[in-house]
Amino acid sequence: MIEIEHLTKRYGNTTVVDDVSLSIAKGTITVVVGTSGSGKSTLLRMINRLVEPSSGRVLIDGRDTMSIPEDALRHRIGYAIQGHGLFPHRTVAENIATVPRLLGWDQARIDSRVDELLRLFQLAPDEFARKYPQQLSGGQQQRVGVARALAAEPELLLMDEPFGALDPIIRGKAQEDLLAIQRRFGTTVILVTHDMEEAFHLGDKVAVMDRARLLQYGTPAEILVHPAEAYVERLVGTADRPFRLLSLSTVADALEPGPASGQPVDKGTSLRDALARMMWAGRTEMPVVDGAGAALGKVSVAGILAHGRQPA
Amino acid sequence: MNATGSKGGMFDAATGRPALFLDRLGAVIALLIGVALFAAPFVTYRANRIVSGEGRMMWDSVPIAMAFGLMALSVAVALVGTLVRHRFLRLAAAVVGLVAIFPAVGYAALFVTPPDNTFARVSPGTGFWLLVFAFALLCGDSLSRMRLGPWMRLAALGLAVAAVTLLLTSGAWNGLSLLKEYANRADSFWVEARQHVLLAVGSLAAAVVVGLPIGMLCHRVPSVRGAILQVLNIIQTVPSIALFGILMVPLGLLAANVPLAAALGIRGIGAAPAFIALFLYALLPVVANTVVGLDQVPATVVDAARGMGMSKRQRLFGVELPLAFPIILTGIRIVLVQNLGLATIAALIGGGGFGTFIFQGVGQTAMDLVLLGAIPTVALSFAAAVILDAVIDMTKGARA
Repeated sequence: MIEIEHLTKRYGNTTVVDDVSLSIAKGTITVVVGTSGSGKSTLLRMINRLVEPSSGRVLIDGRDTMSIPEDALRHRIGYAIQGHGLFPHRTVAENIATVPRLLGWDQARIDSRVDELLRLFQLAPDEFARKYPQQLSGGQQQRVGVARALAAEPELLLMDEPFGALDPIIRGKAQEDLLAIQRRFGTTVILVTHDMEEAFHLGDKVAVMDRARLLQYGTPAEILVHPAEAYVERLVGTADRPFRLLSLSTVADALEPGPASGQPVDKGTSLRDALARMMWAGRTEMPVVDGAGAALGKVSVAGILAHGRQPA
Repeated sequence: MNATGSKGGMFDAATGRPALFLDRLGAVIALLIGVALFAAPFVTYRANRIVSGEGRMMWDSVPIAMAFGLMALSVAVALVGTLVRHRFLRLAAAVVGLVAIFPAVGYAALFVTPPDNTFARVSPGTGFWLLVFAFALLCGDSLSRMRLGPWMRLAALGLAVAAVTLLLTSGAWNGLSLLKEYANRADSFWVEARQHVLLAVGSLAAAVVVGLPIGMLCHRVPSVRGAILQVLNIIQTVPSIALFGILMVPLGLLAANVPLAAALGIRGIGAAPAFIALFLYALLPVVANTVVGLDQVPATVVDAARGMGMSKRQRLFGVELPLAFPIILTGIRIVLVQNLGLATIAALIGGGGFGTFIFQGVGQTAMDLVLLGAIPTVALSFAAAVILDAVIDMTKGARA
């Protein structure tokens, strides 16, 4: 549980973060979204005290972060940034081992943790452990950056535009990896981005910031359906709204009984993707199967469209 | 192997590229060799060490058969340099040329000197130096085209040093005036050599010890950077003689009033002001490169290091200095090469070093004595440059 209470940061007369309060549940992903200069990065950096707050406080599991020495605090909080910030003079394995080494883990434990993380991010340890960051592709560097942030098994992971430098295909893959790993470790993640799509895709909760203020904090659906201010509504994009809403639900949510013909669709597919496939194939219905391929029922265009309609 | 001039075959069978071609640098080298052989004296003969000498062409310097052999060899090297592309052949030709003419000039000294004449002096002439220059150019060019790794370059330097040592200790050059000057001053030569290296390397070490922290300070506190670099810049522009003059008064006063300073050998003239002058000149490159080196450490890397909870100390020694190191080392290379040359001026104020021979030689119009000081100075600077370049490559290579 992370509680941000009336957090404010001023530089001279400029306020970059203005009285922001948030409560973040353990094991969830919270995405802070906003344009550049909205104060979202500063908010993130106040959590691990890379920026000292002017006023307000951050509690982690009830403990004020100001009561913990800053280096010790940061050892407990994973930190991954855009452009990864890997140490170019250290190998992949040495990079990942940074915080465990600072914490004085024994070598055997470090080695097995590095090995585990490399495998988790689909980087074969034999091939990648001894490479230097410059020898990796952008996507691989980014994975090593996240692996390094997770090395000391932090309960909280802060990510500042971690996928900003990646091309769309690798970016999508990196997002799926993050979701899978977050589910596996149950890490609490706070991620900053300017990309609405990313925010809705990753966030259990989304915090929208503009000009130093927190405009709205809620689930993606709440923000789509009940935008708190005109600015949030604009940011959400009125034209994209129904499609975004569809991408938040899966085929399982719109399941109807009965058979249908054609290529089956997995129950975990988002309604948006299912609708796209039906439009492309020129069908109004598709059979739905579960992970094992067993038939569950069908999904229809009308059923999907109902999910994209403005709630009463 | 490159098929050079094989029975009218103008193209290499394997590569299809022309096997014969005209190398522009090779043409210049061939021209130098031509001038050296036919228009410049191979050695200079003088009746004693200070009178002006008379040049002897190669065919008057060594037995006629040997002269023909050397000339044929030199022309062959010129042809290889001009017409052959293959790097190893070019290198081999240059090395053979060098290995032939160095002992030859030593032999020429014995051949030209009348028997039992101990006053006569024979020194290498313009022709010899031009040949050395031409062969060395070809050698250096082919080595650089090979793009040798740092270890290979160090090995090549080691081979060159071994060859020169062999040449000098074998006695092959003992007839030359340069070695006669050395024989007269063998003891003081090594004393001055030691002094020269101590001045150059000692002042560098002091500049590194002082300059690194100043550079770190400039990096951390941008407001002082301008002022500090400006002061160091101004020091660089002060001519060395003027700097000695400026240092003379305070150091003289120090020696007169502080017995400990006098006991340490600090005086208005001598090694102390020379050391301080070299130290001051060395500061700018060390400080400036430390600042640049630290500045170019990517901001994201420093941010990530902070965010992971590395302390200031851990960041400095674990991340910032290692990443700045190749650039700091470049500054140290500049200083070492500069200092080894600059240390010669220490002799002006009685500070010792190889400059002693140079200024004595100039005073006595004895060119060989000048060379006795100048050649080791150049050789030391050259060796230092090769060694430090190799080390810089090694530190960069670790993360290529």
